[in-house]
Amino acid sequence: MIAAHLPALAVVVPLAAAPLIVLVRHAGAAWALAVAAAWFSFGASLALAAQVADAGVVSYAMGNWPPPWGIEYRVDALSAFVVVLVSAIGAAVAPYALKSVAAEVPGELRYLYYAMHCLCLAGLLGMAMTGDAFNLFVFMEVASLAMYVLIALGRDRRALLASYQYLLLGTIGATFYVIGVGVLYLQTGTLNIADMAARLPAVAGGRPAPAALAFITAGMSLKLALFPLHLWLPNAYAYAPSAATAFLAATATKVSVYVLLRFHFSVFGESAVTALLPMPEILIALSIAAIVTASLVAVWQADFKRLLAYSSVAQIGYITLGIGLATRDGLTAAVVHLFNHGITKGALFLLAGGIVLRAGGARFENLRGLGRSMPLTALGITLAGLSLIGVPGTAGFISKWYLVLGAIEAGMWWLAALVVLTSLIAVVYVWRFVEAAYLSEPGEAAPRPGEAPMPMLVVSWLMVAACLWFGFDTSFTVGGASRAAQLLLGGAP
Amino acid sequence: MSPAGYIAAALLVPAAGAAGIALAGRWPNLREGVTLATAALLFACVLGLLPTVLGGSLPQLFVLEMLPGIALGFRVEPLGMLFALVASGLWIVNSVYSIGYMRGNDEPHQTRFYVCFALALAATMGIAFSANLLTLFLFYEMLTLVTWPLVTHHGDDEARKGGRVYLGVLLGTSIVLLLPAVIVTWVVAGTLEFTPGGILGGKTSSAALGALLALYMFGVGKAALMPMHRWLPAAMVAPTPVSALLHAVAVVKAGVFAVVKIIVYVFGTGTLAATSASDWLPTVAGFTIIAASVVALRADNLKRRLAYSTVSQLSYVVLAVAILAPLSVIGAALHVAAHAVGKITLFFAAGAIYTAAHKTEVSQLDGIGRRMPWTLGAFAIGALSMIGLPPAAGFVSKWYMLSGALQAEHWVAVAVIAGSTLLNAAYFAPIVYRGFLRAPAGPAHGEAPLPMVIALVATAGATLALFFFPQVPLALAGALQGG
Repeated sequence: MIAAHLPALAVVVPLAAAPLIVLVRHAGAAWALAVAAAWFSFGASLALAAQVADAGVVSYAMGNWPPPWGIEYRVDALSAFVVVLVSAIGAAVAPYALKSVAAEVPGELRYLYYAMHCLCLAGLLGMAMTGDAFNLFVFMEVASLAMYVLIALGRDRRALLASYQYLLLGTIGATFYVIGVGVLYLQTGTLNIADMAARLPAVAGGRPAPAALAFITAGMSLKLALFPLHLWLPNAYAYAPSAATAFLAATATKVSVYVLLRFHFSVFGESAVTALLPMPEILIALSIAAIVTASLVAVWQADFKRLLAYSSVAQIGYITLGIGLATRDGLTAAVVHLFNHGITKGALFLLAGGIVLRAGGARFENLRGLGRSMPLTALGITLAGLSLIGVPGTAGFISKWYLVLGAIEAGMWWLAALVVLTSLIAVVYVWRFVEAAYLSEPGEAAPRPGEAPMPMLVVSWLMVAACLWFGFDTSFTVGGASRAAQLLLGGAP
Repeated sequence: MSPAGYIAAALLVPAAGAAGIALAGRWPNLREGVTLATAALLFACVLGLLPTVLGGSLPQLFVLEMLPGIALGFRVEPLGMLFALVASGLWIVNSVYSIGYMRGNDEPHQTRFYVCFALALAATMGIAFSANLLTLFLFYEMLTLVTWPLVTHHGDDEARKGGRVYLGVLLGTSIVLLLPAVIVTWVVAGTLEFTPGGILGGKTSSAALGALLALYMFGVGKAALMPMHRWLPAAMVAPTPVSALLHAVAVVKAGVFAVVKIIVYVFGTGTLAATSASDWLPTVAGFTIIAASVVALRADNLKRRLAYSTVSQLSYVVLAVAILAPLSVIGAALHVAAHAVGKITLFFAAGAIYTAAHKTEVSQLDGIGRRMPWTLGAFAIGALSMIGLPPAAGFVSKWYMLSGALQAEHWVAVAVIAGSTLLNAAYFAPIVYRGFLRAPAGPAHGEAPLPMVIALVATAGATLALFFFPQVPLALAGALQGG
């Protein structure tokens, strides 16, 4: 009985938890509610993924209105993969948030953090599961508004500015998306994504369809922070509360990538529109610019959280590079990196949150001698950093393997060379941390010896362990990603 | 225990040992006890595999499928057996030496030192037993990373600089050249398993094969083929036991071991001989041998001279296998063992001199042999082995290399081997001469702490023993090419 309603429940439970939390207001109770909702969503997502693995596609008609008139939730191999990532991160960050938020957010506002956490989770899961293009926009706004609040809760006053910047750019992105969807609706007369894809070839001849693709691509590129539309990201990640940064970095941009994939391949894939616009070339060019520029900028950051933020912009470049290749291996690389980078950056930001808690900040002078003062945190960051570089035995390596493989199979040798060369820049910025932590004497700004509170450390290390685990056992990640890639390229799921 | 059990134990024992060492960190005597016990246990596990391998079968262990069609798997073939025996056997001696050195020099962070050492050995075993290129690559990178804390042990600016070169060259070459080479091999051959006769035969053109070979040869930075050799002198900022076991045995031998495995089991000597893909390799290796010897000749710092001697000796192995003659391949395999015992002796001696007399430069060594006769005696035996004179192990491997070069009528190789022998003599003989025949200067001192002397006498003895009893290494080297 419940099994049939999983797609709805996974979204509705956190969505309903948010107003409940606002009513309760008590920070501890709010936290407990948020944890319960997040874990429920995680459980539901896993069950849903199992259903998808068996059945191929799970379709759920909201309110029993059959598609394409009603809103359909449509979970296939790709959505299930993204849903598991998002809900897993949500379930991990919620317990972590207790101590971290208590340290960074004033008492009377803490309940707001948990309400927004639930709202954001619901929005992101809704985006990944819905089969309706307009409903997707609604969830995008739900998630985005929650994010603006989450960022603004940061204790640094610059958080307000960062939130405002993101609000402006995010709204432009969402508007572009909805314009694109509007054009498509005028052309096809439907908002159901699968239906739209079926009707699009008939109307693909004119100018509107390519214009719609361009609007949606630009809008989502803003949301997923594709260079040069990434300007909102570094400040947002740097000044948001640590728990929020970890949650957003690991999920928000990834779900936007999912939307881009969905429209590029599921909607426009088989129509003639893609032939009119040089989308792969544009994506590859921007991705290269993102990887090179953002990696180099990351090297020079004085703040570790900002360094990680710029590294995120670069890593998003690797994902979009895989999308630009538009081959089986390229898409596998993109989807698997979506997951692998999600857990890697999640682990890094969670551990960075521990440093912020102990040292009051994560500037490089706070990191000196960290190997002594916070040995487990330092080791965790080092290991997750190796995953960021793509050292074998870590999740990041699997992504790099497929990306290089995809480039070589596409005959683009120079691109394969570029991918491996730029990962050396990651070595440089990760090793800046390692040298500060292990080869520098602690200065005045360094934390006094002592690890972050146990719940934070345990959650962070579970994430680090996931970075290592998915470097060896890739049946879930590579299996899921290659099924998703096959699906996007129009093969059987 | 089954052979697969021995493989698993050889990988897990040093890893578990590392955990034990970390836990025992507060009690130095217990900690060193754990190190020694782990080393002994590891050697026993490796030894447990020897009868099976000598019997002609290849013990295997499959762990899991890392990527579709590519396993994390292990298979012990003769060369891996030889490498594992040498590395694990010398770890015991090196641990004894380390105890003397680390305590004698009052080194900081000793727990971290022993933990990383044990992890490095775990990675070395993984490399030695790897069944395919991906497993090899995994442990190859792990070895680079766990040895970085050992290189930067002192934590000062010099160590930081050395560590950057070390990591930059080793990670740079492996990520930029070796990884794409592995992926191209996967695309071309559809497999990464080490297979007798190679996996690339008839799959691609001679020119592509040559380019791929270049990616591999320069991508395996640990083999220190010029110009990828700079990390090795940079690694000399490490405490001497690290230079001795890791940068004369485990790490560098992992490099040449990978080179031999790639040429024999990925390309196949037959495939390469049939094309002109590897024609350039003996020249590059020969150049490295001569050029590194010339640098060694001019180096006054003893460890630096030894490091360049290592660069040169490593390229002997590359040269020998690149000639592709059966006898020279045997020589290459033997040299992995012969150079290991000889060079570790030389480093042990250098560390003993530093500990007892605080001398690091060759020009300071006047009369050192009169005060430290055991140390310099062992050094002389190591030097004999480097030059390739009887009764030292280096003679045996060089004999096979030269025979192979003559058999293949590869005159460049013959000239390189002959020329470098003279150069080796030119940079080792003066040290022995100074040490024994010149009058000592400065304050009087005796030998280094006893554990160090025991260790260096033991490895010097092993250098001689390998000359008189080369049966086991020879049997393994012979089996490398299928009997």
